[in-house]
Amino acid sequence: MKITFPHMGYSYIAFKMLLNELGYEVVVPPEPSKRTIDLGVRYAPEFACIPFKVLLGTYLETIEMGAEVAITSGGMGPCRAGYYGIMHQRILNELGYDFHLHIFEPPQVNYLDFIKKLKAVKPRGVSWRTYIQLIKKGYGKLEAIDEMEYLMYRIMPFEINRGDTAKAFYKVLEILDEAQTTEEIEDARWECRKIIAKVPQDRSRVPLKIGIIGEIYVVLEPAVNFYIQRTLGEMGVYTDRSIWLTSYTQKNVLVEGKVGEKDIHDMAHPYLNELIGGHGLNSIGEIVIYAEDGYDGVIQLAPFSCIPEIMAKGIVPRVSREEGIPVMTIFIDEQTAAAGVITRLEAFLDLLKRKREQKAIKEKRLA
Amino acid sequence: MPVRVGIPRYLGYFSFYPLWKTFFEELGLEVITSPPTNQEILNEGVAEAVNDACIPIKLYHGHVAAIKDKVDMLFVPRFVKVRKLETETFCPKFLGLPDLLQASINNLPELLDTRVELTSGRFELFRIAREIGERFGASLAKITKAYLSACWDLRRYWGLMCKGILPYDAIECMEKGYQANRQKEQGALSIAVLGYPYLVYDEFINMDLVKKLNSLGAKVFTAEMISPGRLLREAKNMPKQMFWYYSNRAMHAAYYYLKKKRVDGIIHVTAFACGPDAMLDRLMEMESKEWGRMPFLTLSIDEETGTGGVDTRLEAFIDMLKRRRV
Repeated sequence: MKITFPHMGYSYIAFKMLLNELGYEVVVPPEPSKRTIDLGVRYAPEFACIPFKVLLGTYLETIEMGAEVAITSGGMGPCRAGYYGIMHQRILNELGYDFHLHIFEPPQVNYLDFIKKLKAVKPRGVSWRTYIQLIKKGYGKLEAIDEMEYLMYRIMPFEINRGDTAKAFYKVLEILDEAQTTEEIEDARWECRKIIAKVPQDRSRVPLKIGIIGEIYVVLEPAVNFYIQRTLGEMGVYTDRSIWLTSYTQKNVLVEGKVGEKDIHDMAHPYLNELIGGHGLNSIGEIVIYAEDGYDGVIQLAPFSCIPEIMAKGIVPRVSREEGIPVMTIFIDEQTAAAGVITRLEAFLDLLKRKREQKAIKEKRLA
Repeated sequence: MPVRVGIPRYLGYFSFYPLWKTFFEELGLEVITSPPTNQEILNEGVAEAVNDACIPIKLYHGHVAAIKDKVDMLFVPRFVKVRKLETETFCPKFLGLPDLLQASINNLPELLDTRVELTSGRFELFRIAREIGERFGASLAKITKAYLSACWDLRRYWGLMCKGILPYDAIECMEKGYQANRQKEQGALSIAVLGYPYLVYDEFINMDLVKKLNSLGAKVFTAEMISPGRLLREAKNMPKQMFWYYSNRAMHAAYYYLKKKRVDGIIHVTAFACGPDAMLDRLMEMESKEWGRMPFLTLSIDEETGTGGVDTRLEAFIDMLKRRRV
C-alpha cells in the first residue's frame, strides 16, 4: 500500500521515517509549488482557504505519484480545517479517484475512534509495544527538526555571510534524515547543534525583534508563506514564531486546547474572552505576550477568508493601540505574490526602525 | 424611566427575537429594535467593521451603530451552543462578536453579552434568564413568569414559521394579534431557499428574494418551515456534522427537501467570503446532484450585488425549472 501525508514544513522527514519503519511504501509529498496550488484551486470551493487548496493539490500530485492512502488530521471546529478531510474525500471521489483519506480525529472527541484508527494503520506483524515506541521515536525526530529550525532563525540575523545558516540548516536536515535509531537521533541532534552554532556570527548587532503569529498552516509551511522567516532573517531581523508542530501537539492534541494553552488564553483576556476556533484567541494572547517581552513588532499570517483570524484582525487594532506594539496582518491566498509581501515587509521594517530610533532619542533626552 | 435595551435586527434576531422581546418586556424594560436594514445601515457597517469580514457581520455593525445612541444597554448575546450535536457550535464570528464590536465601534453603551451555552444542563436557559433578570433587580417570581411567557412566545413563533409564514409577518401578527397571511398558493413551482436566516429573510440584503420568487410563480420553502425535531432527524445523513449551527440546519433542510422531493429546485443563499459556506455550498451542490439531479443555484450576496444580476439569474433558473417540468 502506497501511503502519503500532507506536507507541512520540514515534518515530512519524521513522518517518512515512521511510515517506512512500519513497512509501508511512502510517497513523500512534494513541497507545495505553483502547480500544487493551481491543481487545488481548480477543484476546491472558491472561498476555501489556502491550506484547503494546497492540501487538495498535494493529494492530486501524490495520486499521480501512485499514492493510494493519505493520513491526515481531523478537528473539532469551529475552524473549517476539521471538516477538510471529509470534503477532500468527497471531491476526490467525485473526480473519480480511488483514494482513501485516513482521518485522525483528536483523541478528546472520541477515544475509541482514535484507537480504532491507530489500529488500522498498525501493520499485522508489529506489536502494540513496538508500534508505540516507533511513534515515540518519530516524535523525537520531529522535536529535533523543530529545534534545528528554531536555532536557525535565532542565529540568522547575526550571520556574517548571508545564507550560511540556511546552508547549515539543509546540511542538518540531511544528517537528521539519515539518523534511524533513537540513539542516532540523539547523537545527530548534538552534532547538528554544533554545526549550526559554528556559523560565523557578528554578535555586536542589535537586530529588530519580530514575533510571528497566525494560523498554523501558513506559519509552518515556508513554501506557502514565501519563506517569511528566512527572508526576515536574511534582512537581519530576529524572528520568533509562536507555533511549532511539536508544541501544538503537546498543547492541543494530547490535552484539550483549553487546558494546554490556558496561559496564552489568559493573556488575551480583556480583548477576547472566548475560544473562537483555529488560532484566533492565541493570536490575540500572543500579541500581548510579545509586547510584554519587548518585541518591536508582530506579523500576523493568515489564509484569506480564515474566520478566526479575521476575528482576530478585527480586534488587533485595539490590542496594538493599548499594548503599544505595531502589528501587520498578511492574508495569503493563491493570488498573493512574493514581491508584494516583500514590499510590505520592507515598509514594516522601516517603520519599526524609525520607531526604535525615536524611542532612543527620547530616552537620551530624558537622560 | 425604564432601562432601554437595544436589540439589533440581525443575525440571531430571526431565530430568537420573540424570546428576547417578551422576556425583557416582562421584566419591565423597554425594548428598542434597530430599523430594518437599509442603505444607511449597510454603509455604516461597511465603514465600521474589519474589511475582511463577511457582509452579515458588517451589517450587524451597522445595526449596532444605528441604535447605540438611543439605548442604555445593548443586547449582544454570545452564542456558543444551543443544542447538543457532536461538536456543533456557532461560527467563530458569533463566538467573538461582543469582543469584535468593542474593538471596532467607539462609544458603545454597556453590552449585555450573555454567554449562551445550553448544552451543560436542562435548565441552562433558565439559569441565563435568572442571571439577566438579577442584573436588573427583578424578583425570582417575576423572572420565572417572564421566562415562561418568553418561551411560550418563542414556541408560538417557531410554530408560525413551520406553517410557512415568514419571520417578519410572524412577528407582526404576534404583536398585533391577527391571523397571518400565508404565502399565496398561486405558485406552480416550489423552491427551497436555504441558507442562513439572516440572509434568507433580510429583505434588503437579498433584494426581496422571497417576494421575487413568489412573483415569478414559485412557492418558497425554507429551513425554518421544518419543525426542529424533524430537521434534527436528517443529521444521520452526514458522516460528520459540521461545526456550525446554522450551516447544519441548512444542510439538514437540504436533505429533508431532497428526500421528500417536494421541491423543484434548491437555491442556496450565501454571503461573499462566508467561511462555513465554502464547505456547505459545495456539499449541498454535490448532494443535490446525487439525490436525483436536483437543480441547484448558488446566490452569492455582498455589498456590491445589484438587483439586475440577481433578477436575471433567478429568472433564468425559474425558466429552466419550468422547461424541465414540461
